[in-house]
Amino acid sequence: MSSNSSSQLTLNVQKPAKSPRARAWAKIKKDKWLYILMIPGILYFLIFAYGPMWGVLIAFQEYSPFLGMAKSEWVGFLHFKNFFTDPDFMKLLINTLTLSLYNLLFYFPAPIILALLLNEVRHSGFKRVIQTFIYIPHFISIVIVVSITYVFLTTEGGVINDLVFKLTGERINFLGSPQWFRPLYLLQIIWKETGWGTIIFLAALAGVDVSLYEAAIVDGANRWQQLWHITLPAIKSTIITMLILRMGSVLNSGFEHIFLMTNSLNRSVAEVFDTYVYNMGITQGSFSYSTAVGLFKSLVGITLIQLANFLAKKAGETGLY
Amino acid sequence: MSIKKSVGERVFDVFNYLFLTLFALCTFLPFVYVVAASFATEAQVSTGELFLIPDEFSLDAYRYIFANNSILRALSVSVYVTVVGTIVNLLFTTTFAYSLSRRDLIGREIILNGIIFTMMFSGGMIPTYILVKNLGLLNSLWSLILPGAISAFNLIVVKNFFQELPGELMESARIDGCSDLGVFFKIVLPLSLPVLATFGLFYAVGHWNAYFSALLYINDSTKWPLQVLLRQLIMLSQGSIGDESQLDPTFVKPPEQTVKMAIIVVGTVPILMVYPFLQKHFTKGVLVGALKG
Repeated sequence: MSSNSSSQLTLNVQKPAKSPRARAWAKIKKDKWLYILMIPGILYFLIFAYGPMWGVLIAFQEYSPFLGMAKSEWVGFLHFKNFFTDPDFMKLLINTLTLSLYNLLFYFPAPIILALLLNEVRHSGFKRVIQTFIYIPHFISIVIVVSITYVFLTTEGGVINDLVFKLTGERINFLGSPQWFRPLYLLQIIWKETGWGTIIFLAALAGVDVSLYEAAIVDGANRWQQLWHITLPAIKSTIITMLILRMGSVLNSGFEHIFLMTNSLNRSVAEVFDTYVYNMGITQGSFSYSTAVGLFKSLVGITLIQLANFLAKKAGETGLY
Repeated sequence: MSIKKSVGERVFDVFNYLFLTLFALCTFLPFVYVVAASFATEAQVSTGELFLIPDEFSLDAYRYIFANNSILRALSVSVYVTVVGTIVNLLFTTTFAYSLSRRDLIGREIILNGIIFTMMFSGGMIPTYILVKNLGLLNSLWSLILPGAISAFNLIVVKNFFQELPGELMESARIDGCSDLGVFFKIVLPLSLPVLATFGLFYAVGHWNAYFSALLYINDSTKWPLQVLLRQLIMLSQGSIGDESQLDPTFVKPPEQTVKMAIIVVGTVPILMVYPFLQKHFTKGVLVGALKG
């Protein structure tokens, strides 16, 4: 509404009223550099993140690299049917779930306990030194970790085996026996990731109000009671969040790690869904079949995360989202 | 505030400190052993002694390794991929993160949701392999750099960091006529050096340690990075560490176990050297604060 009184100098300089669309376009033009800066990022996600998602459709085809996706024949759920009725399916499921279960039972509590112990340390210098050491293995490549395992445990000249030989006169084939696979796998994970895993819990613990502890001490609480009533509730939601995430990856296994530790001798317990996808797809070239297996895995994973998140919310926690 | 500790609490403290020290030592001892073993002489190995600090030092294993072409080649591949890869990572991540940090950007929510979706669902190994193949990147070092150019998680943390920067600085620059591009390069980036350093180092460590993508996409053994070669030599006992043409003919080949130890050291030392710099930043809570946000 432009003012009609021009008797005084009015600073009512009105631009002609713009429609929202016109305003939006003006803003986009004004922000043009921001959009230009985004081009590499957007291209990246479109090509390398969304591109392969499109490729998931080959699970429903009999894909041949020569024909490409457009010309390959469609077979519907054939590969899924073959997969579920394959005798190997049960074995893969058992191996995968067992490793996940062991991981949950033995690895999952480790960073929590370690964080709680670290939290009890009053001497900050000591705490920092310890933290410096326990974070290191996280940055070492998994190839190095498995290599160290190999050179230590090999039956020909490995330190551990030499020790065993001195004690018992025999050598143990750690690397090739099925019963050692899972313990070794777990020990490696615990060694490599426990330290780093404490970070998120220490962060939660650092957020606890010190005055709560002081009040508790004044009320006569001992250390156990402080732990139970103040410390643990403080990290409860972090633990639950991590648990939800863990649920979602129950069918995942550290692929590279398992791949490196698998050999023809321990394959019966070591083969999991992820290595199966690799073997079927890359080594044997069954592109469509292995993609179907991979798709099955991802969908189960997403469903489980949703389920775990829903249950967490039902229990009164904030959940992941 | 001095509260008298009960005996029980003191005992707990002693055990706690002991346990933590033990655990920290456990994370470190394997390395100490490996490094020590890499300096071992023939004599020590044959007696099979368990030792941590060898009394005799021999650099033979290292001399042997560095005279070897395939190892030197793999080293240079790893260095190249790490340097170029990290530059690509930082470039792609920071530009995208900066634009997304502007809350008034039209289309921001859609893009952010699109990114978060990729964290939950991906095409998988085979479709990605087919894509890389169709792009003609098989056997090229770019297959190790491009498919992982941006980590969605890193992107979001960097974006959050940019959001926390004082808006007045950028506003005043813009009033002075600076374009968004100028603001990004002249103001935002210089202010973000710690974050750039931290994530640059994370990306770099990732590249140095990368193993599977090279195994998957690169068949040419002259283009293998160090970790792949490591696996060949140590776990598969394949490939001769035997290109001895450049060595002095009187040079005696060191024991195999020692050479393997030395190779492990070579694969680990760069990370350990970089580690103190990393450590400074992430314990300061750069990550943690942004994680909470």
